Amino acid sequence: MQFRNNYRRPQSDPGSAVCPIRAAWLVVCLLAWTPYLQAAIAPQPRQAGEELQVTDNEVGRYGGTLVVGQRSEPKTLNPVTAADVPSREVIGRLTADLIHINRATQQTEPALAKAWSASRDGRIFTLKLRRGLRFSDGQPFNGDDVVFTFQVYLDEKIHSPQRDLLIVGGKPIEVAKIDAYTVRFTLSQPYAAAERLFDSLAILPKHLLEKPYRDGHFTQAWSLNASPAEFAGLGPFRLKSYVPGQRIVLERNPYYWKADRSQNRLPYLDEIAFLFVGNEDAQALRFQAGDTDIISRVGAENYALLSKDAPSRGYELFDLGPALEYNFLLFNLNDLKPPLDAKLKPKQSWFADLRFRRAISAAVDREAIVRLVYAGRGAPLWGNVSPSNKFWVDQSLPHPARSLDQARELLRSAGFSWRDSGQLFDPQGRPVEFSIITSSSNTQRTKMATILQDDLGKLGMNVQVVPLEFRAVLDRVFQTYDYDTAVMGLGGGDADPNPEMNVWLSSGGTHLWHLGEAKAATDWEARLDQLMQQQMVEVKYSKRKRLYDQAQEIIGQNQPCVFLGTPDILVGARKTIANFKPAILEPSTLWNVDQLYFRPQGATSAGVPR
Amino acid sequence: MPGKWKIRAALLLLGIIHAVIVFAGFASPYDPASQNRDLPFVPPMRVHFVDAQGHLHLRPFVCAPELRAGTFYEYTESCAQQCPLKWLVPGGKYQLAGLLSSQVHLFGVDAPARLYLLGSDNYGRDVLSRVLYGGRISVAAGLLATAISLLLGTIVGTISGFYGGWIDEGFMRLAELFAVLPWLYFLLAVRAFLPLQINPLRAFFLVVAVIGGIGWARPARLVRGIVLSAKTREYVVASRGFGASDAHILFRHVLPHTYGVLLTQAALLIPQFVLAEVTLSFFGLGLNEPLPSWGNLLAALQQYNVLVSYWWMFAPALALVILSLGYLLVADAIQEQLQTSTV
Repeated sequence: MQFRNNYRRPQSDPGSAVCPIRAAWLVVCLLAWTPYLQAAIAPQPRQAGEELQVTDNEVGRYGGTLVVGQRSEPKTLNPVTAADVPSREVIGRLTADLIHINRATQQTEPALAKAWSASRDGRIFTLKLRRGLRFSDGQPFNGDDVVFTFQVYLDEKIHSPQRDLLIVGGKPIEVAKIDAYTVRFTLSQPYAAAERLFDSLAILPKHLLEKPYRDGHFTQAWSLNASPAEFAGLGPFRLKSYVPGQRIVLERNPYYWKADRSQNRLPYLDEIAFLFVGNEDAQALRFQAGDTDIISRVGAENYALLSKDAPSRGYELFDLGPALEYNFLLFNLNDLKPPLDAKLKPKQSWFADLRFRRAISAAVDREAIVRLVYAGRGAPLWGNVSPSNKFWVDQSLPHPARSLDQARELLRSAGFSWRDSGQLFDPQGRPVEFSIITSSSNTQRTKMATILQDDLGKLGMNVQVVPLEFRAVLDRVFQTYDYDTAVMGLGGGDADPNPEMNVWLSSGGTHLWHLGEAKAATDWEARLDQLMQQQMVEVKYSKRKRLYDQAQEIIGQNQPCVFLGTPDILVGARKTIANFKPAILEPSTLWNVDQLYFRPQGATSAGVPR
Repeated sequence: MPGKWKIRAALLLLGIIHAVIVFAGFASPYDPASQNRDLPFVPPMRVHFVDAQGHLHLRPFVCAPELRAGTFYEYTESCAQQCPLKWLVPGGKYQLAGLLSSQVHLFGVDAPARLYLLGSDNYGRDVLSRVLYGGRISVAAGLLATAISLLLGTIVGTISGFYGGWIDEGFMRLAELFAVLPWLYFLLAVRAFLPLQINPLRAFFLVVAVIGGIGWARPARLVRGIVLSAKTREYVVASRGFGASDAHILFRHVLPHTYGVLLTQAALLIPQFVLAEVTLSFFGLGLNEPLPSWGNLLAALQQYNVLVSYWWMFAPALALVILSLGYLLVADAIQEQLQTSTV
C-alpha cells in the first residue's frame, strides 16, 4: 500500500485481512479503512431509449483515481456564480453544456443537444435534446431543466459572470420550450458563432435548485459546505467529499451520457481527487514526487526542472505552443476624480500621447521577455491575438524590431527632452517618473516589469516596480484607478473574438485603460467599437475575419496598452494515463477527463499525441 | 593572550568586510543594476592559471560562458576565448563612498566580455557586485538601527535607573511590552500601515526607524541595572554630598560604567538588525528592485527552481553569516575583557 502525504489512493483490495487479530487492532484498522471499504460506483447499464453519445476514443478500462493538484481551493461549486479558475476546473467535471467546444479541434460539437438548426436570418436556434438522460442523482433531464437554467443565468439579481455573454444587441436571449426535448432560443439580432455561447453553460437540475431560487437564496446554494446529496449534474463525475483546506474528491457519475464505441459507459476513472497544494512550485513538486498524476499551467522554469527527471520518474511533459492569453503594460487613462486627478494628471498627459506609448513599445525588448521570463517557451506579442489562434490572428500585423533610437526620436517629436544626467523631462519640464504595479504572486509578470524598468531606464524614464497582492492590483485597476501603469494579462478563454468584446468596446466592463466611458473618448476607439459590433453580427467567417483584422490593426497602431508576450501552455501527465490529449484552450488537460484511463501496469505508452 | 588575538582577528575581518562594502563601487566589477540579457544564471566562473595547452599564465584568465544549445541556462566554458583578469579597469561610473565620482574598478575583464566571479542572476546581473552593493544597504541599516536603539535604550535606561519611582515603573513596563513583541510580525504590521509606493531613500529610513524603534528594550534594561548599582557606590554618594548636580554625577560617575555593556550590545545588535533588514526585504517590505539589498537578493530563492538549480544565489546568505560571525566574535572578546577587568 502506497502512502501519500495528504491523500491515499484507494486500492481495490481494502487489506483488512492483514491486520493483527487482536480485537483492539482490528477496530483501529477497520476505522482506518472505512472510507475505502465502499466499492467504486459501477456505471449503470444502458437503458432502452437512452440516447447516449458515442465517442471515438481508444477503448479503455475501468478503475483508478486521478489525482490533480490545484493551486488554491475552489470558492464555490455553484456554476452560475463561480468566477475563479479552481472552482471552474472542478465544476466543469460535475456539469455539462448543451453545445460544446471541442478543445482539440476548437470547433463546436453536440453535447446535451444532439442537433441544432439556425433560422435563415441567424436569429432563431432550435436545439434537439438527447432523450432518456438522467442527472447524477438518477432524476430525468428534459427541456424544463434547460429553460430553468437560462432563467437563472439571465437573472439580474444572481449577477452571473456569464450573463453579459447572453445579452445580444442589448436584449437577453429568449428561451422557450417547444416540447419536452426541443428548446428554441431567440436572439434580438444575428450573432456570429452563436452556438459557441452554449459552451460551459452548465445545465442545472430544476428539481434540486428551483426551491432555493424561488426562495431567493440561489447564490448560497451549492456552496462548498453543502452535502453531496444536495448536488446533481450531468458531468462525468459527481461530488463525493470535500475536506476544507485539503481536497475535493469526485466519483463516477453512473448515469453519464457518453459511451465508447464498445458501448462502455464513460468515464473510465472511478474517482478524481483535487488536492489543494498552495502554489505553482508546490504543484510542480507534488507532480515530481508522484503525488499527482496531471499538471497543467506549469511555468517554464519548473517545466525545465521537471523535464530533467521525466525519464526516470515515469511522466511526460508537453509544450503545446503559445497560449491565447496576452500580457501587456496598461496605462491608466481613466477619468479621475479629485484628489487623484491632480496627482495623476501630468502622467496621464504623457500616457494619452500616442507617440509616448509608441516610444515605450519600441523600447521594450520582447525577445528578452520571452527568453528570460518564459525561458524561451513563449511568444512575443505586438497585438492582442496570440499566434496560435490560427483562425483569427492578423498575419499582416507588423512586428517592428526593438529600437531605442526610434523610441528617442518619437519622444523628441512629442516635445520631451533629456538633461545632462540622462533623465527624461516632459515638455513642461517635469521629470518622467512613474510606477508599474503588478501582482506579487505572479513572478512572470514581476519579471516583465523589471525588464521594462530597465528598458525604460535607457530612455531616461525613472520607473519603479511595485509588486502588490493580486486583489490590491485588481482593486486599483477596476475600482479606485489609483495607479500609473500596470502589467496585466487577459484572455485565454476561447479562440473566438466575441468574448473579447468587453475588452475592446469602449463601454465594456474590461475596457481596462479607460473604464466606464460614456462614449468613445477617441476617434479610433469609436471606429473600434463599430468594427467589433459589426463582426459580432456578421455570420460569414471570411467577412468577420476581415473586420477583426481591421480591429487588430487599429489596436496595434494605437497601443492603448503595450503588448508584451504570451507563455506556452506547458502540461504533463504520468505515462500510465491513456487518451491524454492536452489542448491550448482551457481546461487544457482535463477537458476529456471522461475518456482518460490508467493503462495496466507494465503496458507501454501507445502513441501519445504530439 | 589568546583573547587579544581573537579580538584582533575579528576586528580585521570586520574591517575588511566594511571597507569592501563602503567602497563597493570600486571593489565590484559592475553596476549592480546593469543587465546582460544574453547571460542569465551563469555559474561562477573559474579562474584559470593554466590553459588547455598546459602553459602557465601569470595573469589569470576566465573563459567565456557559452549557452549549451537546447538547454535551459546550462553553460559550457569556451576557452577559445580567454579573458585575462586585469587590475584597475575602466567601467561603469560610480560614486566612491558617496564623494568622488570614478570609473575605475579594482579588477575586471575588458568589455564586451563579462566577468562573473559569483555567477549571474536571472537578468544577467553580476551577483558579486550585487552582494557588495547590497551589503551597503543591509549593513548601513544595521548600524543606523543599532545607533537608534542604543541611544533610546541609554536614555530610557539612565532616566529610569537614576530617578526610579513611577518613571522607572512606567518605562520598564513599556520595555517589557516591547521585549515580548513578536518583532517580525510587528515589523510586518508596521510596514503594512505605510504607503507601498515610496522612494527608495524614504523606504530605507523607514525600515531603519522601525527596526531601531523596536530594539531598545534590552539595552534599556541593561543600562538601568548598571545605573542602579552605580548610583549607590560610595564615591557617587560622596559626590552628591559635596553638592554635585545630577548631570555631573551621571556623566562623570555613572555612565562610564555602561560603556562596556553598550559596546557588547552593539556588537550583538548589529548582526541582529542586519538580519531584520534582510528579513523585511526578503518579504518584499524593504527596498525594491533594482536596488540590491541582501534581503531582496535572497528573495529570488523563494522560487523553487532557483532554490534547487542555482546554488550561487545563496551568496548573500554566506556574506551575512561571515558578517554575523565577525561581530559575535568581537562581542565575545569584549565580554571576556570586561570580566577579566572587573575581577
